[in-house]
Amino acid sequence: MNSYYEASARERLRLLLDPGTFHEFLPPSERVASPHLLQLDTPAAFDDGIIVGKGLLDGRAVLAAAQEGGFMGGAVGEVHGAKLVGLLERARDERPAAVLLLVESGGVRLHEANAGLIGVSEIMRAVLALRSAGVPVIVLDGGQFGCFGGMGIVARLCDAIVMSEEGRLGLSGPEVIETTCGVEEFDSRDRALVWRTVGGKHRYLLGEADALVADDAAAFRQAAIDLLDTKPDLSLEALTAEHERLGGRLERFGACRDALDIWSALGIAAPEKLPLLEADAFRAAVAGKRA
Amino acid sequence: MEKLIYEFDGGAPVKATQGPAIVGVVGSGNLEVLVEPENLGGRCVVEILTAARGFGDIWKAVLEDFFARHKLADLRISINDVGATPAVVSLRLDQAVESFLGGAS
Repeated sequence: MNSYYEASARERLRLLLDPGTFHEFLPPSERVASPHLLQLDTPAAFDDGIIVGKGLLDGRAVLAAAQEGGFMGGAVGEVHGAKLVGLLERARDERPAAVLLLVESGGVRLHEANAGLIGVSEIMRAVLALRSAGVPVIVLDGGQFGCFGGMGIVARLCDAIVMSEEGRLGLSGPEVIETTCGVEEFDSRDRALVWRTVGGKHRYLLGEADALVADDAAAFRQAAIDLLDTKPDLSLEALTAEHERLGGRLERFGACRDALDIWSALGIAAPEKLPLLEADAFRAAVAGKRA
Repeated sequence: MEKLIYEFDGGAPVKATQGPAIVGVVGSGNLEVLVEPENLGGRCVVEILTAARGFGDIWKAVLEDFFARHKLADLRISINDVGATPAVVSLRLDQAVESFLGGAS
């Protein structure tokens, strides 16, 4: 078993795709690095923290991008964003079976804030354009840094999200909430609180993550293969129904103070035991109870 | 930041099984090492961009040890460093060469 959480972005791509099939666009030897970081006297990575390319998944052509959380928390700078937008636009021409986004990002890179913000908005537009063209965009979220800020929004704009319990997904990250609202509102060092609020299990229970897998690269690979033929209904009726569903969810759970309250309201017996369950046992315990 | 360049002579050309190799991440206490084949007239050239100023002598010593372990020629090694310790630098250099000579990247 290879931990997805512990692997680097390059290792994740190698483990996810069919062996030896990955071909990188703009590899490190091209040295397409951030022009802003060097001006700020800060070391820049040769790939600007994102690896983009093409490969095969279960024999089918896919495009894939992987963010490296170890470099500036996977944050989106100008080059980083442009590489992802370029990949998504390429997919509109090449029409692969899917685009896989191996996300791991705190959002916009504040060192190059305006360029990063524009980058994230361009990524959002490119994702939506690609979806409307009928190419599924599948998110994999199980890295050490989670997926927050603008990339959290991007993830929810995609067709499907695969998470492990270790994965985290949200808009403001725990430390941002604590800094802006105080430790009484959210203690970012309370790991159990963080994971039951933004972790994969909670996202799966709320219906935001489509698959919950063990922290194993092979499990992520299989989940991505299973989602290759995802064909979501993008009609106006379906979108209106989805908005109503989300509105109902807010009404139903809006008064809850803690994820545990939501799990109780979902009718799950012994909700306090959920964080302790392995992925298989967890899915069995919550079957038919998701929001 | 500081830019450092070191050159080594007297190595033997290597036959890589693949193209350039990269290991490591540009994160605190870590570094990335990019190894590329290039006709450098038999030299091995190491170019370092480091966040920590004033450690040129230590880089030189670490690289001399590395070159003693791997006598390589016609190789360009490029490093982005965020204050990695000498032990971590040595480890990454060895990983980079291993990857370049045919291991997994």
